[in-house]
Amino acid sequence: MQSLALIAPLIILLPSLGTIINFFWGPKLNERFSSLIGITASASTFVVWLVLFSYLNGNYYQPAIVDLPILDGWIRIPSVGLEIPWQQRIDTLSVTMMGFVTFVGTLIHIYASGYMHGDPRYARFFAYLNMFLAFMLILVSGNNLLMLFVGWEGVGLCSYLLVGFWFDKKHGVGLKNSNAARKAFVANRIGDFGMLMAIFLAFWTFGTLDLYKPTEVTNPHMMEALASGGGHGEEGAAPANGAAEEGGHGEEAPAGEEGAGDHTGSAAQLVSLASDLPIDQEGDHGEAAAEDHGESASEGHAGPVIAYTDNTHLTFSQLGIFAQAERLAQLGEGETLERGDGTTAGRMINFGAFELDIDTVITLITLFMLLGATGKSAQIPLFVWLPDAMAGPTPVSALIHAATMVTAGVYMMVRANSLFHLAEFSSLVVTIIGVLTALSAGYVAMGQFDIKKVLAYSTVSQLGFMVAAVGVGAYGAAMFHMITHAFFKALLFLGSGSVIHGVEHGHHHAHEHKHDDHGHDEHHAETFDPQDMRNMGGLRRKMPITYATYLIGTLALAGLYPFAGFWSKDEILADSWVAAIQDGKFAGFVALGLFVAAALTAFYMWRQIEMVFHGSPRTEAAEQASESVWSMTVPLVILAVLSLLGGFLNIPSGIGLFSFGLQGVFGEHTLSTWLEYSVVHLHVGAFQPLIAIVSLVLAVAAIILANRIYGSNKAINSEGLDPLEANPASRPIFALSNARLYWDEIYGRLFITPFNRTAAFLANVVDMAFLHDYFHDSVITKGFNGIGRLLSHPIDLGIIDGAVNGIGRLTRWISGGLRRTQAGYVRVYAVALLIGVVAVIVFMLLPVLQG
Amino acid sequence: MDIPSFADLNLGVTLPAVFLALGTTVLLLIDAFLPKERRHLTAWFALAGVLVSFVLTLFNFGSSETALAGMFVADSFTGFMNLVALTAAAITILLSIDYLKRTGNARGEFYSLLLLSTAGAMFMASANDLIVVFVALELLSIPLYIMAAFRLNNAKSEESGMKYFILGAFSSAFLVYGSALIYGATGTTNLQEILASIGGIVEAGSSAIFYLVIGAALIVVGLGFKVAVVPFHMWTPDVYEGAPTPVTAFMSVGAKIGGFAALLRVLVTALPFLVAGQTVEPVWQNTIMIVAALTLIVGNFVAISQSNIKRMLAYSSIAHAGYIMMAVAAAANPFTADFAARSALIYLLAYTFTNLGAFAIALAIEKDDGSGTDIKDFVGLARSKPVLAAAMAVFMFSLTGIPLTAGFTGKWFVFQATMQAGLVPLAVIGVLTSVVSAFYYVRIIVNMYLSDGEGDEAAGATPLVNWAVYISFAGTLLLGVFPILATNLTETVTLLASVAP
Amino acid sequence: MVPLWMYLAVGAALFCIGAYTVLSRKNAIAILMGIELMLNAVNLNLVGFWRYQAPENMSGQAFAAFVLVIAAAEAAVGLAIIIAVYRSRRSVVVEDVDLLRW
Repeated sequence: MQSLALIAPLIILLPSLGTIINFFWGPKLNERFSSLIGITASASTFVVWLVLFSYLNGNYYQPAIVDLPILDGWIRIPSVGLEIPWQQRIDTLSVTMMGFVTFVGTLIHIYASGYMHGDPRYARFFAYLNMFLAFMLILVSGNNLLMLFVGWEGVGLCSYLLVGFWFDKKHGVGLKNSNAARKAFVANRIGDFGMLMAIFLAFWTFGTLDLYKPTEVTNPHMMEALASGGGHGEEGAAPANGAAEEGGHGEEAPAGEEGAGDHTGSAAQLVSLASDLPIDQEGDHGEAAAEDHGESASEGHAGPVIAYTDNTHLTFSQLGIFAQAERLAQLGEGETLERGDGTTAGRMINFGAFELDIDTVITLITLFMLLGATGKSAQIPLFVWLPDAMAGPTPVSALIHAATMVTAGVYMMVRANSLFHLAEFSSLVVTIIGVLTALSAGYVAMGQFDIKKVLAYSTVSQLGFMVAAVGVGAYGAAMFHMITHAFFKALLFLGSGSVIHGVEHGHHHAHEHKHDDHGHDEHHAETFDPQDMRNMGGLRRKMPITYATYLIGTLALAGLYPFAGFWSKDEILADSWVAAIQDGKFAGFVALGLFVAAALTAFYMWRQIEMVFHGSPRTEAAEQASESVWSMTVPLVILAVLSLLGGFLNIPSGIGLFSFGLQGVFGEHTLSTWLEYSVVHLHVGAFQPLIAIVSLVLAVAAIILANRIYGSNKAINSEGLDPLEANPASRPIFALSNARLYWDEIYGRLFITPFNRTAAFLANVVDMAFLHDYFHDSVITKGFNGIGRLLSHPIDLGIIDGAVNGIGRLTRWISGGLRRTQAGYVRVYAVALLIGVVAVIVFMLLPVLQG
Repeated sequence: MDIPSFADLNLGVTLPAVFLALGTTVLLLIDAFLPKERRHLTAWFALAGVLVSFVLTLFNFGSSETALAGMFVADSFTGFMNLVALTAAAITILLSIDYLKRTGNARGEFYSLLLLSTAGAMFMASANDLIVVFVALELLSIPLYIMAAFRLNNAKSEESGMKYFILGAFSSAFLVYGSALIYGATGTTNLQEILASIGGIVEAGSSAIFYLVIGAALIVVGLGFKVAVVPFHMWTPDVYEGAPTPVTAFMSVGAKIGGFAALLRVLVTALPFLVAGQTVEPVWQNTIMIVAALTLIVGNFVAISQSNIKRMLAYSSIAHAGYIMMAVAAAANPFTADFAARSALIYLLAYTFTNLGAFAIALAIEKDDGSGTDIKDFVGLARSKPVLAAAMAVFMFSLTGIPLTAGFTGKWFVFQATMQAGLVPLAVIGVLTSVVSAFYYVRIIVNMYLSDGEGDEAAGATPLVNWAVYISFAGTLLLGVFPILATNLTETVTLLASVAP
Repeated sequence: MVPLWMYLAVGAALFCIGAYTVLSRKNAIAILMGIELMLNAVNLNLVGFWRYQAPENMSGQAFAAFVLVIAAAEAAVGLAIIIAVYRSRRSVVVEDVDLLRW
């Protein structure tokens, strides 16, 4: 079985191949062929995923670490112990991520083949999409922080390229698009700074970047459960009768198994089938081993042999960063432990000039990780780029800016759950940021008119939910919401793309009809915005499939029973509520904030439904809109089904008949249990009926409220105003929301302007004026002209004036009086050099003089 | 004093550099005797010479020997630096051939000068004696002065040469004065012998330590000028802008190779125990740290407000000197010295490929009269020259330090070395300024890909220039994806091998 | 015998005079002369050090010889560049050479 995991590198290689083909030969291929290659590459990653999934299921969910043979020892300098291999980790968490990335990715590729029809850079688009998939899969499957960072930067790059994809659009739109791309890039760079610092700190502290080492046990608790014969009651694959005695046998760790443990081969195999001898992880023997498995399987039901149930067989330096952190944090004051290479490690980490306690270091690492996550997962304070990123084509918004890339930050934090678990302060900050983001983005979404901007702010808000869940330690709920959100938010984005497409189509249609009557159609074409919800209305009848699927997506996002969003959002709410009961007041604010955010979600989504689909058409274009082609609607239908059923992946226990008895099919807490093999600190929370009822009531109330305000064709009044805007009482609330809480303006004031000023100041005043004018004219020239003149006319020094008026005027002004029209620049450089010489000598002599 | 026999000179290991230096003389003769219609072959002879020297370096690689009575050392450090310098020279030759022709300056002595300068950089990397450091520095610099002023009847080029000459000569006077002081304090110019005699001077606390410290300071100044670190950077933008573009390209790389090689050699091999008071770190560490921090800040910030690509790359090269300077600061700690030296080597290699590539593209869009090097001239390049634009984008990403490009590999090792030496504040400044650098590098990409406008037809993108671009491009990506190719070569590099601390 | 510090003092004074010349003169030729002065000050130091500190080791003298040679090479190249500038601008005043700035 384990040889199955060896195909993991393919999951990166295949989309890379697609990228290369479409990038270099794409312009020569026709659309059909380009899209075929793109879709095939993407679909084949999904097939690879299926294999990996079955590998895990058939192997008692035990992780594998897969080396890529040709990149053996990716970065390696043995003399200083620097070793960063190119390894992929196949465990339940990474396979979960790969699952929805490849699946949603494939659907979006299919959708894009229709959506991008007629674009001059059709092949390029698919090249970028495939490249994105490759980097995303590097991100989620990398077994060390550096690979994670490579993927992290790579998806950022693809996002940058795809947001600015339509840079050449006419009428200034192209410029806006490229600005949005740049904003995304810069905001992400700030986040990347956090990631890099976290990586450096981790490497300094632990001497490795590997998340897990071969033969390391991720979750001892689950291993013991497996060894004692039965795991957590998972569906079917759990080892049966034989497991107990074989497991006991395994715990004695026979010599053969010891050998396997010492083996530093590629797969982190901890469990093997009963008849198996020491596992040989060399590639040559892989097949033979697989045959052995086949034979033993045919002999009857065999349980696993557990080699190790915890990490006592590994020395400190043989562990990955998470296990090392836990061991260090458990140490008492002054205690040390053997590294395994003769040296010892203690609580205090030495940073050259100073020492820090391991707790402080972990807090720093996690805070830096959080900074990275706020960039990639669009949280306060770095979220401003995501709404602007909607300038990209809609499939991009759906794939990158809703379903996959933006969840990378949450994934990273879930992956590092061991660290966050140890750092209470960081978890607190994570929670606050998550709740604030969920609330403020939900509020802003209320006042937007652009159909995609509403969804963008909604995404930011939902990511806030996930981050808050990570903060309160509900890692399972965060992952669960990530998956369901990927389904219904991708559905909503693709639906909005279909709407935009339809309206645009309708606009062209209307346009042709009226061509004879109006001479100034050109002007009309410039101002019409197919994304503005004020130009829509009544699309229910024109686009029935889009409407039906969009409605399902909306109800799922609003958290209505029994749609997917209900289950996942409820789990977050319930877990944060439980945390509130356990931890006291502050977490209570968390649960309350999330309740409000959930109600806001239902409100703005129903407002959107009323504005777009209900009522009567408000423009010619909406009147003439038509349903989209099949390649666009089929993915919608598939995603709608998943939005409906996705919640049953993780049915909570104690829910009774409300799950339609589907526990029998899906099992209870399936996802949480499955993830628990990789996420140590995951806790399976119980169902909270009260929470479910309150959240359901809130959502329904919000929908009814939205229906009262926007329903019955009142969505936009005759003056083109939102009803909330028209009503003086609610106008300030709406205006603040419509202005996006002035975040961008505040940033402009706070950062961008001072930054530009600083750069200009350094360039013009410090580097040039200071050395050129001040030193030359004041020190040398004035020195020649006597100190008396200097004292009598101090302002002639030009410092004050130079700082205010800049170099040009200063030069002229001084030179006017001194007949020095042009400063001798070479000599000024020489003066600067001499000053540098004196400074260096003085600085180096100082310690000698003191000593 | 014994007169060394011919065998003692151990000429074999000096061959790569000596061959190149002698070859230039032959090249001058060849150029003079070639019939006029065959003069274009000179460049190809030069390229052949570079290749021969490259092969000779490979044959010698990994040895660890001294030659020429201990003045010359051939070890892995020398070998790696030689490879980098020769790669730079080869790419520069490819860039120069058509450029000189179209600007009307196709004269054969250019290649002799280029090779002499390269030989100077190689001698600097193998210098084991302060005399050799000085002579090699001048061998590197004097041809560069001439090359900077190589464009006839071009006021900017002449001005560039003159400024470079005056300031360069001025700064090398400081270097040689510093060497004299160190000689005065220790009575020797050999780096190992200096190392051996320093301990006694420091312990005795004699006044000779003043000579030593001032001498070290002046050597830092002289070499700091060559590699363009703040506050000795003022000449860089002016000279880079005025010099012919291939010369700028070579200058931005070659001078740094030689300068950093000598800086590491002198500071780490000869002066690691130049301590004062109770500290363990040598007195020059703090100075280098502050210089590195200033360089990073000034270089990266000032680059933002530049509008000419050559000036922008000049400030960018100042900033990159700052990153390598971080490695030099890290080399002050005897325990991390070797790793820091290796990281500097890898950074130099990465920087060589990337920066030469960027200059190659700038050269391709430059007009014959030297105009067309504004950042605005990159607008729309993705449409007119998609391949060049894609390559430029990769170079810019590499200079920013995005993963899977050479620039990231270099930064990764340098930051690692800095952290290992415990210079956390410096590492933070390095990471922060590299975030800032994204602003001006990405502006080029935005202009190429995301701005409206007709692209430049890139008249200078002749097949040879394209080849230079491809080579740089391949190097940038290869080093980014397979860093092990370079790290394997640096495995045996050690500057402290001769004396244990 | 004249003590060593006197040689060093004269050398340092010469070096400073040379540096001052470079900084204060506008004429490129004069600047070049200043640089020569600085290099010769170094020679004085080198020879002084050799005589007093390490007379058995010839490297001080050798160094001085190299400095002389290099100074000559620098002067040749410098004069050539200055002549080229003079041809185009009819001036050797370094302050007239300011096309490249900012």
